[in-house]
Amino acid sequence: MIEFAHVFKRYPGGFDALRDINLRIEAGEMAFITGHSGAGKSTLLRLITAIERPTRGEAAVNGKNLTRLPRRRIPYFRREIGVVFQDHKLLFDRTVYDNVALPLIVTGTDQYEIPRRVRAALEMVGLLDKERMLPVTLSGGEQQRVGIARAVVNKPPLLLADEPTGNLDSKLSDEILDLFLDFHHHGVTVLIATHDLHLIDRGRRRVIELNHGELARDTGARP
Amino acid sequence: MIRNYFLRHAQVFFYTLGQLARAPVATFLTVAVIGITLALPAGLYIAIENVQRLARGWEDNGQISLFLKRDLSDPAIEKLSEKIRKLPAVSWVDYVSREAALAEFKKLSGFGEALGALDRNPLPPVLVVHPAATHSHPDALQSLLKDLRRYNEVELAQLDLEWVRRLYAMLDLARQGVLILAAGLAVAVLLIIGNTIRLAVLNRRDEIEIIKLIGGTNAFIRRPFLYAGMLQGLLGGILAWLLVGLGLLLLSSPVHRLASLYGSLFVVENMGFMATLTLIGTGGLLGWLGSRLAVGRHLRAIEPR
Repeated sequence: MIEFAHVFKRYPGGFDALRDINLRIEAGEMAFITGHSGAGKSTLLRLITAIERPTRGEAAVNGKNLTRLPRRRIPYFRREIGVVFQDHKLLFDRTVYDNVALPLIVTGTDQYEIPRRVRAALEMVGLLDKERMLPVTLSGGEQQRVGIARAVVNKPPLLLADEPTGNLDSKLSDEILDLFLDFHHHGVTVLIATHDLHLIDRGRRRVIELNHGELARDTGARP
Repeated sequence: MIRNYFLRHAQVFFYTLGQLARAPVATFLTVAVIGITLALPAGLYIAIENVQRLARGWEDNGQISLFLKRDLSDPAIEKLSEKIRKLPAVSWVDYVSREAALAEFKKLSGFGEALGALDRNPLPPVLVVHPAATHSHPDALQSLLKDLRRYNEVELAQLDLEWVRRLYAMLDLARQGVLILAAGLAVAVLLIIGNTIRLAVLNRRDEIEIIKLIGGTNAFIRRPFLYAGMLQGLLGGILAWLLVGLGLLLLSSPVHRLASLYGSLFVVENMGFMATLTLIGTGGLLGWLGSRLAVGRHLRAIEPR
């Protein structure tokens, strides 16, 4: 699903965010990416979602070569990836339902299909009764679950999360982790960037640790 | 699939309409500026059309006087008059005999006594040729004049239409001026719409970023802005049409009074169906184009962080 070979990322000004990363994550795997602040976790996710391109090396995601992906193909590439953000990135002038429906509208899903799939996604995260509410009226944990529902409503084969529990207490974090484990069991490839050690311990999955832009530790796949 | 496509466009259309309605003051200001900007050249255009229509009425009086050779007999004049009357460019012909001409001249000139002292009538017989309405354009009159001069019986053919030609030249000049003005104002409308849409794009920066992240194409992101630009342009065009109509309504009664003083039945005419359609369509097109230019430039600048 994800394959990095000698990937370097240097930002203008000479800062090396990633150095010689070699990584292979199979379809259906689940992994945590960890490391100190500025270790390169976010940069790695930005490369995988084609927000940025590698400076050197070869990177392929979902069978697409990221160094050669044409700009106009990027939207279609991103439709295969669900992304969960630390700050949720919800649209606050629209209801929960409309937020979750957005990826389906963007991809031109059939009108009659949309309500069914939005409700299925909201049911998975346990927010079916809040579909008419505006995101501001929800708690932080609920907002994050809306973000997750939006990320999975398209049924993407790859799910990325950037510090998904960053602002949540441990009980809410556990609930969020359970959701990701559930998606993993359904065959989705899940990649979570976090420095929440409790989450990593409880998840008991592969851990990829970055240190100053280099790959410091990779436990390999765990059953 | 195609049904879905139209459904999506209809949704974006109504969504955009709703957004414009939710910011009535901003929308009204943009529409008002566009309306006034478009009303200016449209109003001038209508004014020129009306003057031209009026001029066409005067041309009917644009007659050609044929001064004939003095020694022509009445039957010969009769024959010539008949021949000219049959020309397609001619509507009718009046004959003013030498005697009638002298009588009229005596009456009008005030030289009656002096003329009585002459031992013979110095005036030639005259045929007054009235051109057909279909041949009232100065060029057509000019060629008719040339044809009439070829008759042997004609001593002198005179067409006093220089002033009509000058008026036409002025109208042509005015029309060119309106075109140039319209082109300049069209650019102004593009800039107005472009700026409005630029602000709208910046206002919705976060939304655009998110849509880009979940795989929205540029075409998808552009669509509501294009509709917003086109709608405001269309509304501006409609407002311009109303403003022109209102202006003509205010002018119609003074114009009518003035015309009746001249014994004319001239009435101010509003824009025709095609001109109205062109005005409103131009508004919509400029709106679409302005937002297309603005969105294209600003979308590139917004990338997910």
